[in-house]
Amino acid sequence: MQKRAYFKANWLAYLFIAPQLLIIFVFFYWPASQAMYWAFTLEQPFGGGNQWVGLDNFKAVFSDETYWASIWRSIVFAVLSTGLAMSIALVLALFADRQLRGYRFFRVGMIWPYAIAAPAAALAFRFLFNPQSGVFAYLNTLSPGLWNPALSGVDAMTAIIITQAWKQVSYSFIFFLAGLQSIPRSLIEAGSMDGARVMRRMVDLQLPLLAPTIFFLLVINMTDSFTDSFGIVDILTEGGPARATELMVYKIYVDGFQGLDYSGAAAQSLVLMGLVILMTFFQFRFIERRVHYT
Amino acid sequence: MQKTLIASTLALLALTTSAMAEKVKFEYWYGLTGQLGDQVQATCDRFNASQDKYEISCVSQGDYATALQNTIAAFRAKKHPTIVQGVEVSAPDLMLSGQVYPAYKLMEDHGIDIDWDSYFPGIANYYADSAGRLWSMPFNSSTAMMYWNVDAYKSIGRDEAPETWEEYEQVLRELKEAGSACPAGYAPSSWVDLEQFSMVHGEPIATKNNGYEGLDAEVVFNTTLHAKHMKNIKRWIDEGLLVIKTRETGLSERDAFAAGECAHYFGSIASHQAVTEQVGEGFLWDVAMLPVYEGTERKNSVVGGASLWTLSGKTEEQYRGAAEYFKFLAKPESAEFWSTVTGYIPVTDEGFDYLVKKGFYDERPYKGREKAIESLTYTPVTPLTRGIRLGNFVQIRAEWTSQMQAVLSGQKTPQEALDDAVSRSNTILRKFERTYAGKTLP
Repeated sequence: MQKRAYFKANWLAYLFIAPQLLIIFVFFYWPASQAMYWAFTLEQPFGGGNQWVGLDNFKAVFSDETYWASIWRSIVFAVLSTGLAMSIALVLALFADRQLRGYRFFRVGMIWPYAIAAPAAALAFRFLFNPQSGVFAYLNTLSPGLWNPALSGVDAMTAIIITQAWKQVSYSFIFFLAGLQSIPRSLIEAGSMDGARVMRRMVDLQLPLLAPTIFFLLVINMTDSFTDSFGIVDILTEGGPARATELMVYKIYVDGFQGLDYSGAAAQSLVLMGLVILMTFFQFRFIERRVHYT
Repeated sequence: MQKTLIASTLALLALTTSAMAEKVKFEYWYGLTGQLGDQVQATCDRFNASQDKYEISCVSQGDYATALQNTIAAFRAKKHPTIVQGVEVSAPDLMLSGQVYPAYKLMEDHGIDIDWDSYFPGIANYYADSAGRLWSMPFNSSTAMMYWNVDAYKSIGRDEAPETWEEYEQVLRELKEAGSACPAGYAPSSWVDLEQFSMVHGEPIATKNNGYEGLDAEVVFNTTLHAKHMKNIKRWIDEGLLVIKTRETGLSERDAFAAGECAHYFGSIASHQAVTEQVGEGFLWDVAMLPVYEGTERKNSVVGGASLWTLSGKTEEQYRGAAEYFKFLAKPESAEFWSTVTGYIPVTDEGFDYLVKKGFYDERPYKGREKAIESLTYTPVTPLTRGIRLGNFVQIRAEWTSQMQAVLSGQKTPQEALDDAVSRSNTILRKFERTYAGKTLP
């Protein structure tokens, strides 16, 4: 029998968790309940009065084709930016783990981009993506008009995906590197004594052992791209051109804050929250089964 | 020892001065940044220096939209400012909020006599209720103008700005034939292409006299001359007569004009100051009223910019301070200061006459700005040229812009885009009407 330590007086335990609960209540449950209330009413911006409208706000949201478009767009954005960020991070981490030249610098240097706020990163990328004078303008020397995120929705989408991926690479990199370094050296050495070369060891030893890390990063990156992409979209494209980069979270901002449609935005927030919860649930339900924790 | 003595003397001094000057403090939040924001701050400093009873503290909140958002958030927490700067089209949103202390009433209650008839009708009507009383104080005001490169015109043997769009098209062709890579820059602007365009042509934007007669108005701009105009603009772009110039593609429309790259730019008279500074002695340029289509009778244009709103829930003393500040702004000297440091125009006959008499408009760099007044007062206001009174118009502007982007990228024809913009805008209007169910416009 395993012996567990526990507090005899329950009130002490509650006292210890009280500050945390208070913070969660003030910054999460309270605003969320407010949003939930607004979603079922029509709220006047200055609070002059509101009336119960039942599910009308949700009906309006789901009958709006631009809302459906923003859902698909957010999914494409999440999948592509997460895939791009994680594969780049994995390759870089594998290199750093192999202790190639300069790995000591890269181990630290790779983390820096994570310290940059999304809007600041987006501002830097705005210069890089500028179709006339940015680095990407070289594409236009191949064929004029090839790259123009101000006019082409695909280009604009590419731009925000690259920026989001760039921001997420460093975060994933840290975890991948830590994961790789926690794999016992003896396993790798045993592999190489059995004649497995670098690639074989990566595919058959390191990757399967990294599975828990990969799964964790998948959940974090997907959630982040759904909820934290606002700064990038706002600075780079403002949702344009012609809504091509209007992600769900940006649409909430546009409708709620710019358009003063608090109720519609509240309904959208609830839908977004539901979607993220659902997505995380599915990831745990179906992907986690294939992950083996060591 | 000596140090403590000095320190205590200073502390005592500070105490006495603060006791002596029990100034009434009130806040003013504005939606301008950069050079314009600094000048708003300067008007506050001038007000504070002009008297010793009140102290206005002016805080920039970013752009107009952010200023309004922050004010609403602050209002809900009862920490809102006494005065907020509201962009012209937000007038119905503020009027219906029920939390505004109307400017005419504020001045009346504090015994300050303002000659309301002196305000240009193209400005006053935007902010007035159905009885013609102003709910906010007009402040930074402009109207849309056409900026044209005089030197470029000389190269094709012209010396006057076109008065009609037909002639404008002709000019663009001649410039292109003369080898200009950018006869005119273009960036979609609801304010210029839809709002001011419809005003000067006397075309409706919405039913019910652009919304003035009721919250059940519907936008109709897909059926008016505006639709023809957008088709023309698309055609001009396709023919290379207009070149798309937005901040995202590099130089903005204005910067491309100021750099001498494009020969025309359509924008606010408020940019006159910035263009003057950017061009320097580079080339000769001037401003002109927006062209109109042949066969249309030109009407007055309307104001663009913002006005000052007083909010409820403040003390009597603070309201008196706000009224004093408005009175200060209404002085001709204040109008002169504001028109000198920015490109904005005076808002009253009185202020304009004062500047004309001083010879303000006779010489560069201010010469030409009087054309904005000419445009604003071209005809007496008609029911269709009072302004726009449509709820959540900021969202309608966004709809229009995103649909025009779809036209520019070739996804839609101008008519399809306008039809979509209209149907989506009407959804916004219906939602606004429902949100304020039972209320009517003042």
